[in-house]
This record gives sequence, C-alpha cells and structure tokens, in this order.
Amino acid sequence: MPPSEQTDVLEPPHAGADGSTDAAFVSFRDVQKSYDGETLVVKGFNLDIAKGEFITLLGPSGSGKTTCLMMTAGFEVPTHGDILLKGTPINSMPPHKRGLGIVFQNYALFPHMTVAENLAFPLEVRSLPKAERAAKVQRALEMVRLGSFGDRRPAQLSGGQQQRVALARALVFEPDVVLMDEPLGALDKNLREEMQFEIKHIHENLGVTMIYVTHDQSEALTMSDRIAVFNDGVVQQLATPQELYERPANAFVARFIGENNTLVGDVVEMDGAAGKCVVRVDGGAEIKALPVNVSKTGERSTLSLRPERVVIDPEPGSLPNIFEADVEEVIYLGDHHRTRVNVLGNREFVIKTPNAANVRPHRQGERITVGWALEDCRALDA
Amino acid sequence: MSTISSGPRPADYPNRRPEEAVAEPTVMTTADGTPLKVSLSRKLRRSKIKAMLLVAPLFVFLVVSFVMPIFDMLSRSVDNPEVPTELSRTVAAIEGWDGEGLPPETVFAAAFQDIKEGAQNRSIGRVATRLNYEESGARSLIMKTARNVRNAEMPANAKAFLIDIDEDWGDPAIWHVIQRESDPYTLSYYLAALDMEYNAQGEIVEKPEYMQLYVDLFIRTLWMSLLITFLTLLLGYPVAYLLANLPMRISNLLMIMVLLPFWTSLLVRTTTWIAILQSQGVLNDMMVAVGLISDDGRLQMIHNQTGTIIAMTHILLPFMILPLYSVMKTIPPSYLRAARSMGASQLYAFRRVYFPQTLAGIGAGGILVFILSIGYYITPALVGGQSGRFITNFIAYHMQSSLNWGLAAAIASILLAAVVILYLLYNRLVGVDNMKLG
Repeated sequence: MPPSEQTDVLEPPHAGADGSTDAAFVSFRDVQKSYDGETLVVKGFNLDIAKGEFITLLGPSGSGKTTCLMMTAGFEVPTHGDILLKGTPINSMPPHKRGLGIVFQNYALFPHMTVAENLAFPLEVRSLPKAERAAKVQRALEMVRLGSFGDRRPAQLSGGQQQRVALARALVFEPDVVLMDEPLGALDKNLREEMQFEIKHIHENLGVTMIYVTHDQSEALTMSDRIAVFNDGVVQQLATPQELYERPANAFVARFIGENNTLVGDVVEMDGAAGKCVVRVDGGAEIKALPVNVSKTGERSTLSLRPERVVIDPEPGSLPNIFEADVEEVIYLGDHHRTRVNVLGNREFVIKTPNAANVRPHRQGERITVGWALEDCRALDA
Repeated sequence: MSTISSGPRPADYPNRRPEEAVAEPTVMTTADGTPLKVSLSRKLRRSKIKAMLLVAPLFVFLVVSFVMPIFDMLSRSVDNPEVPTELSRTVAAIEGWDGEGLPPETVFAAAFQDIKEGAQNRSIGRVATRLNYEESGARSLIMKTARNVRNAEMPANAKAFLIDIDEDWGDPAIWHVIQRESDPYTLSYYLAALDMEYNAQGEIVEKPEYMQLYVDLFIRTLWMSLLITFLTLLLGYPVAYLLANLPMRISNLLMIMVLLPFWTSLLVRTTTWIAILQSQGVLNDMMVAVGLISDDGRLQMIHNQTGTIIAMTHILLPFMILPLYSVMKTIPPSYLRAARSMGASQLYAFRRVYFPQTLAGIGAGGILVFILSIGYYITPALVGGQSGRFITNFIAYHMQSSLNWGLAAAIASILLAAVVILYLLYNRLVGVDNMKLG
C-alpha cells in the first residue's frame, strides 16, 4: 500500500470499496486519561481510524500510547472523552464484549494449554461447535505457518513462534479490530523484520483494522498506513510514513523519526507566501529554509535536514545553501558511508553517501563543501 | 529462536572441517593431551569437595537428630525385650507347650525361678508392666508373686505353690500371653494402635467396642486436617490474590499482617483463642451484648472440635498463603486481560485461565498445611478438649504419662506411614514437580 503523496493527513488511504464514508470505524474523541488526578497521561487524543486501516501509535515510553491502546481494549477507562467503535461509544462496555483481538507485549499465551487450546479459547467462549473450532484453529495456525505445532505447549516454542501463535489467537475469532502492544519488542532484529512483513501481509490479506503500538520508528514506517507520533500525552503528528519522514511537523517528530541534522538559529527574514525564510544560525551564517512552524522574524527555530539530502561538493550556485565543512569522522557501514562533519559550528552534522563504485570516501581532516536545497531544510519550532 | 532453525548440530559448524568430523570419533583431549573428561573432573573436584564440606554439618545434624530417631522409633514399635530377657527360663520351657489346659510343671518351676531372680534384682517390674499391656491384672499378679517368692525356697510343686499365691496362675490366659510374647519382636503394639488384640486362641480380633479408641482418632485427625486444609485454602486464596496484585505499598503492609503471627509465640496465639472463644470469652460476651444469643445460651466454641478447627486454621493460614502468593506473583495480569479480550467474562477467565495456573500453589500449600496439621500437637492439646483431640495427643500421652513407648512408637509409625502414603498418592495426582513452595 503506497502511502498517499498528498499532504492531507486526515484522508485515510483505505477508503471503503463502496465509497461509503466509514472513516470512523474506531474513533477517539477528546480522550483524556489521568491515573492520579494530578497529571494527564493522555491529553486530548483525537483520531479517526478507517475500516481496514493499519494505524501505528508511535512514541517514546511514557508518552501515553499504550494507555490509549488499553483504553480501547477496555482495561483502562478514559477520564474524559469518548471512544467509539462503529459509531457507538464503548466507554462503559466491558472488555469481553468489545470483540477486539489483542496481541500483548509478552504474548500472554496461556502456559497450561497447548497451542491449539490457546487458539480455541476465544472460539470456546463463543460456544462454537467442536468441529468448526478445530477447523478454524487449524486454518489460523496455517496462516502463521505453524500448522503442525498445535499440540505443543507455548513454552516449547521459540520467541518468534510464540509471537505468531499470539497473532493467530488474536485473529482466529475474526475480530474487526486487532490491537497490538509492542508485539515484536522481545524478538531479535532479524526475526523482528521478518515478522513485520508477516504482520503486514496478514493485514493486507484479511483487511482487518489494526492499531499497533510501538516505540520503534522503523517498525512503524515499514508497516503502517498512518502513524500517530505521541509525545507527552499529545499526538505530535498524524500522517503517512512518507509524510512523517519527509515533512515532519515539528522538531520532536523530526528528531524521533529517522536520523536528522539540526541547526538552531533565529529567523531573520520571512516570506510565507513564497514559502521561504532565512535563519541566522548561532555561528552567524544565514540559511535559506522552508518555514514549517515559524511565522515571523525574530523567532527561534530548529532547522531540520535529513542526512541523505545533503549534497557533497555541489556545483557552486546550484543550491541555495552551500557551506564549507571539515570531515571529522568517516564510518564504513557496508552499503553506505556515514560521514560526520563540522559545519557552521555543528560537529554532529551527519552525511550519508551510498557506497557506489565511483564515489570516493572522504578522509578525516579533509575540507569539503556541502549543500542542500531550500525544501529539504525545514524551519521548525525551537 | 532455536526451534526455527532447530539449532545447528556440531557437524554443521562452518569452522569444523568435514574430514575432522568423520575421522575423529576418538576421545577429545585438551591442548596438553589429557583427555577432556579427566581434565574436567579434576577441575570440578575442588568445587565438589567445597560443596560437600558446606553441606556436611547440616547433613550430620539431620542424621543424628532426624534419621536416627525415626529408625529408633520404628524399631521401638516392634521391639519386645522384656519377656525374652526377664523370663528367659520360662520362655525356654514354654516353647513346647501345646496351649491345652495348663502348662506342665517345668514351666511353673522356670517361672518361679525367673520371678524370684527378677524380684531379687528388682527388675521384675519391667516385665510386669509389659505383660499388663496384653492382659490387665498381669502387673499385680506378677508383683504379688514376686513379693512372695523373693525369699522362698524352690518348692516341690511349683504349680501348686504359684496357684496358691494367686489363683490367676491357674488360668491359662497368662500363660498364653507369656508364650505369645516370648519373641524378641512383637506385633502387639501395632495391634493395640489399631484397636485390635489377640483372643484366647491367639487369633487377631477387634477389641470390644468400648475399648476402641485409636482408629476413630486416626480418622478424626485425617478429616479434621482435611477440613483445616480446605478452610485455609478458602480463606487464603483471596488474600494471596490481593497480595500478588495490589500495588507494592499496600501489598507490603498486607504481607506484614500475614507474617505477623509468625512473630508471636504459638502458645500466645492459641491461648488468645481460648480468651476469645470460651463461654465467658470475648466473642460470647459480644453476642450476648448485642442480643444474638441469651446469657444462658452461650455457645461452646472451645475445648471441642470447633475450637481446634478455628485455632489451627488461623495458625496454619500463612503456610497456605505464602505458596499461593509465590505462584500468583508469577502470573502476569496480561493473561487475564488476554482471556477477557477474547470474550471471556471475568468469572470464565478466572476459572479457565487463572485458577488452573494456581494449582501448583494450591498443591504446595495444601500438602504443607495438611502434613503440618496431621502432626499438630500443642493446639489440639490446649483447645481441643475431648472431641477435638488429635492422635498426636495420644502419642504424647503414651510418651509422657503412661510410658508405653512401644505403643507411642506404633501410633507414630502408622501416622508416618499414612503421611507417606498420602504424599505418594498426591504426587501421583498432582505431581510434586508441579508444586511451588516459594
């Protein structure tokens, strides 16, 4: 599912096939949550999720994303606001009536039951006939490629297999919405990437709505239709992965998603209509940038620039921003070089260059010029 | 992770050359050529010796204070030295007796000599007491005879002489008992402990009903222990659940309250129950004050079974709560949440998901409380009265008051056997490997 190119972040990519406006399959209206009556963990959360959409709540730990998930599941009650499922408020509905599939961080597979019994549990609760139960369990196990593991105990499975069983168990009773609470957190890197694709494919095949919580931005970027970036109980930006990466709305999102070079300075020139401004960084140099959330001269601003958008030794005059830089460190990373340079007094400025046949890696102490386009340099809040 | 790739076998290691894997079924050696196994066991020997030295004091202590007394007790329950040693001549003479009528004159003569010698050595009392266990009146018979024969000369007709001292010597019963108990080992303590005896024909029969005591006591001890175990489970389960699931600050306080009884003397706790439950006690006073019962209708809650059950349930409660707690602590709340998210009501989720996972704790706590209570002594002794007494109280009685150590040993051995059998049964049903004590 390629993310949409439009900046309109509120238009979900999964519109109903019949064109109906089922944009609000799950929606959060002004949801606030406080545990102690003194501080808000979630401060006014608004989100509409379309049917079949894969939404990720992304943020550092303690940002309120898991609380939002638990409120959706019914294990926490919103202090204020409503959560709606298919248009009906579910605040006072007990968890077992909500019919949501949940994958927990530690999988929560029942250790005293076999894998098949675990999967049969939600069907047993719904008093499905035995034969139908067995058929569904087998189908779910085959979906996660564990067809022959039904008789094992969870403890006899590896982490990745347990994860897949948990996923199958959350899907076996065909819920409309599946919630996942950092389900891949306990897996090693390779397995995590493999599982990301597996979950993604299952989502595409079943068309189930998924709400996924993670603190891992690469996971979020890989899998999601849209991502809500949380910090401090507030959604900082809600957008498609591409939008989020290419056009972060504020300094937090820019820092949190992907690698990012920052330069701090004051806005000295502002031309909102033309979409350009000039920021004088603390060293005195002036940088032409795209104003994102600065509005007038004199404001403090953080300039954000992706490492891969920096051009090394550009033709003079070809880019609006060209500066001299001293190479401080070159790290070989196989497919690319990571070059750390000192530019405009910022010694943490990173440039990524692909490891191509005709590119010569730089050496420490070398003096080079670096440049970047106006649109790639975003002037954000300080 | 290993299950996915099923773990590389040694031969799959890339750094091991294939010809090595084929041509080397020989012993692995270290760099200097010592076999790997020898070298390894040499290295481990020191730590093994160290570990053994650390365990040794406790091991010796256990052998001396636990294993040896148990064997001593087991042997005492069948040991029967009195008749064979004190009445050695009689035992030899009575061996060939067919049991019809009275034994021949030689037996009476041997008995005369044995009793006379015993009287002079002042050792006759032991055998008198021993025979009295089997035949009431035997003690006074022997002691009376001993007084009379101490300074007497061997009469021409020992039979007439002894019957003249006490006509009971003319009753074959005493001679049957002597003949029966002439072995150095006896079953009669076990028979007594099971309310059985030998009849005149030497057959094993039940004692008359009014003399029966111990079987009922065994049964009472078992069912009261079961009831107490069940009550501790009933009361302890919710507390353990709270302990495991409340926030740390509150659960710590609760834990202190659970452990508080451990810091109080057992005697204090038991006597407190007397103060609370007795008919002029706190509870009765309160019930009278609020008009629940009338002043002359005060409830008898102590010095009977009720008292024993209440006090022991209270005293043994921590032994149920702690194993339950330790098991519940390891059950993350996400299990219940997962169950509920899949549509299970709270009760259903508890029954199918939570409860089965606590079985290990229930098993551990159950067997702990049951075995402790089956052997409990002080509390039933203090608050049990007549009807709330345990078999252990009779073990103590025979140890301390009647000094019938053989019978005490036999009762204790039966109790031990019962516990072992129940434990094995339990192991078969629940599996000791599945139980967690902490």
